[in-house]
Amino acid sequence: MSVLVYIESENGNFKKAALEVASYASALANQTNSALTAVVFNAEDCSILAKYGVDQILNVQTTQDFNAEVYADVIKQAVEKEHSKLVVLSSSADSKYLAPMLCVGLKAGYLPNVVSLPSSTIPFQVKRSVFTNKAFEMTEITTEVKIIGLSNNAFGLVEKSASASVEVFEPIFKTSKITVKGIDRATDKVSIADADIVVSAGRGLKGPENWNLIENLAEVLGAATACSKPVSDLGWRPHSEHVGQTGKPVASNLYIAIGISGAIQHLAGVNSSKIKVVINTDPEAPFFKAADYGIVGDAFDVVPKLTEKLKAFKAQNL
Amino acid sequence: MMKILVCISHVPDTTSKINFTANNLKFDSSGVQFVINPNDEFGLTRAMWFKERQGASVDVVSVGGPETEPTLRKALAIGADAAIRIDTPALDGYAVASELSKIAKEGGYDLIIAGRESIDYNGGVVPGMIAATIGASFVNNCIALELSGSNATAVREIDGGKETLSTSLPLVIGGQKGLVEESDLKIPNMRGIMMARKKPLTVVESTNTEQKTRSISFEKPPAKSAIKMVDAENIDELISLLHNEAKVL
Ligand SMILES: Cc1cc2nc3c(=O)[nH]c(=O)nc-3n(C[C@H](O)[C@H](O)[C@H](O)COP(=O)(O)OP(=O)(O)OC[C@H]3O[C@@H](n4cnc5c(N)ncnc54)[C@H](O)[C@@H]3O)c2cc1C
Ligand SMILES: Nc1ncnc2c1ncn2[C@@H]1O[C@H](COP(=O)(O)O)[C@@H](O)[C@H]1O
Repeated sequence: MSVLVYIESENGNFKKAALEVASYASALANQTNSALTAVVFNAEDCSILAKYGVDQILNVQTTQDFNAEVYADVIKQAVEKEHSKLVVLSSSADSKYLAPMLCVGLKAGYLPNVVSLPSSTIPFQVKRSVFTNKAFEMTEITTEVKIIGLSNNAFGLVEKSASASVEVFEPIFKTSKITVKGIDRATDKVSIADADIVVSAGRGLKGPENWNLIENLAEVLGAATACSKPVSDLGWRPHSEHVGQTGKPVASNLYIAIGISGAIQHLAGVNSSKIKVVINTDPEAPFFKAADYGIVGDAFDVVPKLTEKLKAFKAQNL
Repeated sequence: MMKILVCISHVPDTTSKINFTANNLKFDSSGVQFVINPNDEFGLTRAMWFKERQGASVDVVSVGGPETEPTLRKALAIGADAAIRIDTPALDGYAVASELSKIAKEGGYDLIIAGRESIDYNGGVVPGMIAATIGASFVNNCIALELSGSNATAVREIDGGKETLSTSLPLVIGGQKGLVEESDLKIPNMRGIMMARKKPLTVVESTNTEQKTRSISFEKPPAKSAIKMVDAENIDELISLLHNEAKVL
């Protein structure tokens, strides 16, 4: 028996979230005395996966674009080949897309948004985040094959010294009625899902013309940019930047909220960020109650100064 | 005419305080206002557009007890033609998806609109499971959808961008904001509410599908430690705290 993990790659490379999933799956394999097998698609160099505890790698070669239905079916074949009883996925858009189809295919129970290792493996019980991070639920999976989706940034990276064998795996590719017409991805920008730091701004910024303040700060920090819902509703920023209960969840190490009041629906999306910094003119803004560090001040004054000081700090600490 | 089914999950309003009763075994619904899941409301509004512009019938369905009926009536007041309630508590995503799959299959729907996730349990599992069960195409995180005959063009949000897909009906989507804009959402008017009372709301028996997951208990996150305030004139202190104390720089 082995634990099976699906490791995502982009243009042949692994992102931090993928290595985090490997780290978690490796700890799970340890906990259940199993080996860890990874399924990867079109990876150029898999050797790094051994460092995160993967024992065996099934490298699938395909010229096909990501297609959730097809990929779910390939992962299913890998699970059957390895007789795996535990499958680990990430919280990326792609993993969440294929997971429910994989569940039906394997007649498995699936829990997304898992935040820690199982508290018990027989019965199999894990903690996951529910009510948009306002609570946790201990949940049991009652099926023989179990699938879990790890929350972003919930486990961290754990390195090991080990080696992995790479196996060629030639699954059957099913046909799908879905074809990809085009992908529009900003390659020069950090996405909210991958970012260690997110710089986010709200209606306090007054208008889209002031977003250079936010972008400059984000650039110095290597951060992703985000916004509150009204900002995207007003068309100041793209929908893809809207965070909160009805937008994207953020699970970064640092979240800097500028000119955002901290409405409950906004906080729901950022609760799982580790450290929150708030910059707001209003000392009564609710966000201060949910943050770790705060500055009462005008964004137009504080943000450029912060950007300059951080630039100097980065130059010194490189 | 095209047949559309919109899956409606009945969830606590976004401002609700989340509490639990009975030794943290159950969600405490006392004093909580329930609403149409926001992602489903975007989907329902998009369905009304197809109805008005391309001709379609729109049914709404929810798996749950009698307490979900006001939410279904609201969907009827927004303009859906008929509502179905599957009379069983929604205990896990798989069981809910099985019930909905049966309705979707037997009703011969061309397009099944569900939400990307419900904001209560945040499973994000139901739409994909329906698609896999009934053998329909599936587009998740759907932010735009156009139909022409039995062909569909959909846009999916991906990490860091978007992807355009083409496919055919029958189709299931996991929808979200973008399908329509916030300003397009309809608040039911008096006439809609009156008409909704006369529209059919059919209660069907559940098929008693087995669950694959089971809730054990809930807990709330630990209380936050107090915030540290930094003077706006002393930004160096903030940087130092983030570097030395929080260790995030
Ligand atoms: C069903 C539903 C779902 C929702 N989902 C979401 C969601 O997912 N995400 C989300 O964000 N919101 C959501 N909302 C909206 C939410 O309730 C708030 O309206 C929204 O978050 C407020 O955005 P804001 O903080 O940018 O704007 P405002 O509330 O207008 O706050 C602006 C803030 O900027 C401060 N400010 C003003 N000028 C300056 C300055 N010069 N410098 C510094 N600070 C300044 C003000 O003091 C104020 O605190 C939802 C609402 C509903 C009803
Ligand atoms: N009890 C339910 N009844 C009807 N539809 C549901 C129910 N639960 C979930 N759905 C649909 O499935 C979507 C995703 O829900 P979930 O998988 O629970 O996050 C929701 O937005 C609804 O469209």
